[in-house]
Amino acid sequence: MSDSISQTSAGKLQAVEQFREHPAVKALLGGNAQALTGAKFDRGELTLTVAPEEIRAACATLQAAGYNYFEDMTAVDWFPSAPRFQLSYHLLSHARKERIRVCVWLAEDDSSVESITSVWPAADFYEREVFDLFGIRFEGHPNLRRILMPDDWEGHPLRKDYPVEGYR
Amino acid sequence: MSDRALAPVLDLPGSESTAARHMILNMGPQHPATHGVLRLVVELDGEVIVSVKPQIGYLHTGIEKTCEAKFYQQVVPLTDRINYLDTFSNNLCYCLAVEKLLGLEIPERAQWIRVLLTELSRLNSHLIWLGTHAMDIGALTVFLYTFREREEILRLFEAVAGQRMMASYFRIGGLSMEPPLDFFDRVQAFIRTFPEKIDEYSNLLTGNPIFINRLKGVGYLSAADAIALGVSGPPLRASGVDFDLRRDMPYSSYEKFQFQVPVSTDGDCWARYLVRLIEMRESVKIIQQALDGMPDGPVKADAPKVVLPDREKMKTQMEALIHHFKIVTEGFNVPAGEVYQGIECGHGQMGYYVVSDGSAKPYRVHMRYPSFPTLQAIETMCKGRLIADLVAVIGSIDIVLGEIDR
Repeated sequence: MSDSISQTSAGKLQAVEQFREHPAVKALLGGNAQALTGAKFDRGELTLTVAPEEIRAACATLQAAGYNYFEDMTAVDWFPSAPRFQLSYHLLSHARKERIRVCVWLAEDDSSVESITSVWPAADFYEREVFDLFGIRFEGHPNLRRILMPDDWEGHPLRKDYPVEGYR
Repeated sequence: MSDRALAPVLDLPGSESTAARHMILNMGPQHPATHGVLRLVVELDGEVIVSVKPQIGYLHTGIEKTCEAKFYQQVVPLTDRINYLDTFSNNLCYCLAVEKLLGLEIPERAQWIRVLLTELSRLNSHLIWLGTHAMDIGALTVFLYTFREREEILRLFEAVAGQRMMASYFRIGGLSMEPPLDFFDRVQAFIRTFPEKIDEYSNLLTGNPIFINRLKGVGYLSAADAIALGVSGPPLRASGVDFDLRRDMPYSSYEKFQFQVPVSTDGDCWARYLVRLIEMRESVKIIQQALDGMPDGPVKADAPKVVLPDREKMKTQMEALIHHFKIVTEGFNVPAGEVYQGIECGHGQMGYYVVSDGSAKPYRVHMRYPSFPTLQAIETMCKGRLIADLVAVIGSIDIVLGEIDR
């Protein structure tokens, strides 16, 4: 939800403090402490918010910390509120039998983020899908083309300002 | 004059023109062995595969966008149509996700019936895989045998839900209704004879030298590659990763069932075949346990604002009639938040990511389906191998194009 990032920076730090002992939080704080901007535990799921420019480094850190399996990645369009896009990465640890969500918030005018295909090649199709359906660009992606829609399609269908029945 | 100088004139194969000798072969989207509308652009050096590029999207119907325009309960029938071979798993995963958002407690009987039907659904999925996979390899007979048993399973689905394939039997808050009286007896009769049927398939294939030669050592995928490429389910376990969501992160009371998770370290098509064959036997065990220990009680949660009331109550109680009218016309509000629910379906790890903004329609529904990332692994499995192996590999990873394109 957008209100979680509209908190004051002090509030964010407090939220992070609560989960200091969690291995994922520990690993991120051990690397670049600035990268982690928020943490939330809701309905049995841990959500970590990461600065957009740090996502690749954060994923590499988490991979080294035991979250070895990239399960899912998608976007949510919070139009018309700002920042507009939320990217949600779901990472799974086979050893700890636990899943975490890593979130990144992107502004509409700067909707580009570093690709994590160098960390998990599995993200290839997922990033192409998000590019196709949301128009978010992934820097360093080896083959950033449309995947589900035709190559000559105009617009990004999963954006909230795209009508359900399409443009007529 | 040297040979090199002559090369451009005579068009001799030089070092830079090796790429020119490669043939680009378009396989699909209507090729019978691609299990749907999958298109593969294969680059070949003679008969050896240089690269395989999957082109997908032919079945894209924008289900994720459609979900945003529907009430929560109206999404259930949409989910059936994504993976049309393992339909109950779709329902289960979506319902579990929304129930997690709502914080609903599901009665034990409903959970157990869900497990029973999901395992039947897994058998259905594996039977189709086995029949079509064997048919691709050239063993036509098995297809007729597996579809005989599949028909039995579809009849059970019809008995319980009135629908053979698109059942939509699991609802948010439980099941749509109590199964018919003779349902459990019919499942018991099916389960009693089914292990012999698995023996029958095994007799036809496991010792068959042609089948063995077409699968053994073909399509190798290491455990590290499988994890890096996001492969899940039977192909992951056939590569030596011992992970099954049913056992390791149980949902819908799977923790109460005893079963083995088959693992092989060979990582080839043969290992995937054996893993799935054993999985079918384990599913039979789970169904047997579900039948033996089936608890009594209601099959719907006690949540009148979410779950549709019984017909009888609607005719006699004003309150129930109002709730029914409200749910059907306005839906029900779901508290704001986001959840991700993962389950183990026939093909691998399925996941639903549901985001709510507090209204009666989901703000965002994203489906993680196992075939989508698994398709990326096809190049790793086929590179440097013969084109004839490609068909065996496509069969062995068991993809459904409906869930790839959504």
